[in-house]
Amino acid sequence: MHYRLETAYDEMFEAPGVPRAHYEALYKTILGLPPEELRRSQQAADLSFLHEGITFTVYGTKEGTERIFPNDLIPRIIPGSEWAQIEKGLTQRITALNLFLKDIYHDEKILNDGVVPRELVYSCRHFRREMRGLNVPRDTYVSICGTDLIRLPDGHFAVLEDNLRVPSGVSYMLANRKVLKRVFPRMFRDYGVWPVDHYPQTLLATLRSLSPANSSSAQELKTVLLTPGVSNSAYFEHTFLAQQMGIELVEGRDLLVHDNVVYMRTTAGLRRVDIIYRRIDDDFLDPMTFRRDSILGVPGLFNAYRAGNVTLANAIGTGVADDKAIYAYVPEIIRYYLGEDAVLPNVPTFLLSDSVQRSHVLEHLPEMVVKAVGESGGYGMLIGPHSTAAQQDEFRSRILADPRNYIAQPTLALSCAPCLIDGEVESRHIDLRPYILCGEKVSLVPGGLTRVALPKGSLVVNSSQGGGSKDTWVLRELREGEPRRMQTNGTRSGPSPIDGRLAS
Amino acid sequence: MLSRVADSLYWMSRYLERAEHTARLVDVELQLWLDESLDAGAGRWRFLQEALQVHLTESGPSIATNPVHVLAFSRTNHSSILSSVAAARENLRHVREQCSSEMWEQLNRLYLDMIKSASDERHAINSHEFFQSVQDGAHLFQGITDATMSHGEGWQYIQLGRYVERTDTLACLIAKHFERFPAPPEQSVESDEYLEWIGLLRGCGAFEAYCKTHTAEIRPLRISEFLLLNPEFPHSVRFAVERVNAALHVIGELTERRAKLPTRIAGRLRAQLSFSQIEEIVAQGAHAYLTSIRSECGRIHAAIHQIYFDYLVESELIA
Repeated sequence: MHYRLETAYDEMFEAPGVPRAHYEALYKTILGLPPEELRRSQQAADLSFLHEGITFTVYGTKEGTERIFPNDLIPRIIPGSEWAQIEKGLTQRITALNLFLKDIYHDEKILNDGVVPRELVYSCRHFRREMRGLNVPRDTYVSICGTDLIRLPDGHFAVLEDNLRVPSGVSYMLANRKVLKRVFPRMFRDYGVWPVDHYPQTLLATLRSLSPANSSSAQELKTVLLTPGVSNSAYFEHTFLAQQMGIELVEGRDLLVHDNVVYMRTTAGLRRVDIIYRRIDDDFLDPMTFRRDSILGVPGLFNAYRAGNVTLANAIGTGVADDKAIYAYVPEIIRYYLGEDAVLPNVPTFLLSDSVQRSHVLEHLPEMVVKAVGESGGYGMLIGPHSTAAQQDEFRSRILADPRNYIAQPTLALSCAPCLIDGEVESRHIDLRPYILCGEKVSLVPGGLTRVALPKGSLVVNSSQGGGSKDTWVLRELREGEPRRMQTNGTRSGPSPIDGRLAS
Repeated sequence: MLSRVADSLYWMSRYLERAEHTARLVDVELQLWLDESLDAGAGRWRFLQEALQVHLTESGPSIATNPVHVLAFSRTNHSSILSSVAAARENLRHVREQCSSEMWEQLNRLYLDMIKSASDERHAINSHEFFQSVQDGAHLFQGITDATMSHGEGWQYIQLGRYVERTDTLACLIAKHFERFPAPPEQSVESDEYLEWIGLLRGCGAFEAYCKTHTAEIRPLRISEFLLLNPEFPHSVRFAVERVNAALHVIGELTERRAKLPTRIAGRLRAQLSFSQIEEIVAQGAHAYLTSIRSECGRIHAAIHQIYFDYLVESELIA
């Protein structure tokens, strides 16, 4: 095992050669396996992803290039006690952010009280003036959220960013789990891992709980998933979720609005639509209200929404709350609405619109990570320590040209976890994206997508930038002194061969 | 069911049927070549091109220089086997949540295998196995479809697509054949003409089935009757039209739309095939008969499109 401990927190090892208690059984299993066998299992898993078409599209390359999202077979394990803390923190955060969104689109108390600067909100690219005074079902703006967490060198989790618009990746969480159940069936059971398979049902229940003010008289509200179409990078996920929930997957051209009511075009005529889980960005939703050149959207959709005839999840204009400059204020936002301290801390963030912070950042650019405030997916980023002088100069001039558009954070050592790299176990940086659903109540499936920065030493985990992912095991809490049902010797609990397909 | 989804399922099925049909014909052709005199072989690829309705661009490779490549792997030929399988897969990819995972995986595998074969084209072209594997792959897909997908509305569009395509391709192939042999004799024929009639039977996958019904005596009139009017053999024109008709009826019931237009055309076509006699057809000109079948088939296609896939929204809103 070529495994070197780095300065970052290591998920598996306490000290060189000493695994943490919850990793011990996995560690022994992997040590006992020949590299050849691990490699074979990995290949079989990759092939099954390809055959099932679990792929994503890479932009900027040849049109429609499909790639599999690399899956790593070694699971990431989170003890139940740590998960309880994460769950508490994320529930708190989404609750506060929903209150914040309601406030800034209605009474603006938080702006009037000067807790969050007014111009910061108004200058946000994702702030939607059109949403002022509009009521959304249950006051829930964000019903589907994916928050990126990292573990700092001191072992604590911190929030790196909130994704409150159209977070993706949950299908990979489910696909990874399906593979791992085949590869490590016994270890899986013995470990006592919480299931995640009920995510689609929970999502459907969440969507259904958000019925619009005026709905069709149908007994069952017509719920659909709106996709930009087959060339979108997350198209696989859209089809997967629609299939798992048993709802229609529609494109903009399948829908039309008449008299402020949304219909879909079926072979039996037009059918009314009540709830839309939309996977299209605000900008492209309705060419009559937002970007005129959008051919993905539905003309008139916003007016139907405004009239309370259809629900959009997430609501329009949620991007203002995941703006990376607003992010810096989230601990204040939590305190303001809930009167509590944030359970999960932020990472230190410099606002470049502030002249003092800006000059500090510009002096220390090689040590900083600079991000564009409205971007996601790892686009528009500078990683100081891994950048060239030319790249730094470029960002320097970009920041000076439009300081509001950028924030900076110190380069953080993301925690490391063992990964299977060409049959050998090596250490790679990871993060964690749990998925939070917010309807009648807030619910999280125990787990999430652990993303892996596959190139050695890399800190960027985004799939578009060469990232992969691994299954995330949240363990059931044990009572004091109760041993895990693990067989560390005797019968082997290692990989069992899997065949080329995973569909059940 | 969404109109767009129905449209994609229908076209997916048409493309796959086309791929299977082309693979069978090329395969038969390659084997026939071995038995034939050189003179007879010369014009045959052009005949096949016409029978398959392959339209080639000026710039692409021509049928004369590289026939098998053009029909099997050419990307500039939009109805080559590779193009058809790719188009079928692309259509299914647009609606993959509507089919079973097994169906998608099979079609995806067929496509990936084709891409692999295309990278070693010389080998693939020379092997009977390649063409067989395309046909097997398509059959497997059909079996998986029948076994794993609900036989509801979506499934009916798949049937519809397959049999509309089959009616049209069969009618076209047989019509081309009648151009060369306008008066099929009652009695058995010999030598080169004998091979041509066997080729036609094999091209429809009908050789064994014909022999079971009429013994191995190759009588052109009987062959014509078999391929046009046999009610039991899946690659006869009549069988295909019956299926089109059946699918249209179920879809009409499921969507509660009185699909007057397509059902009427299909019903009339069906009646025509049920009560025709081969002697009559040949006496009045088999080629013209088949041409009229093809044009009716085109009208059915247009009517399906107009009623289920791309209707006028205004008329719906008033209703």
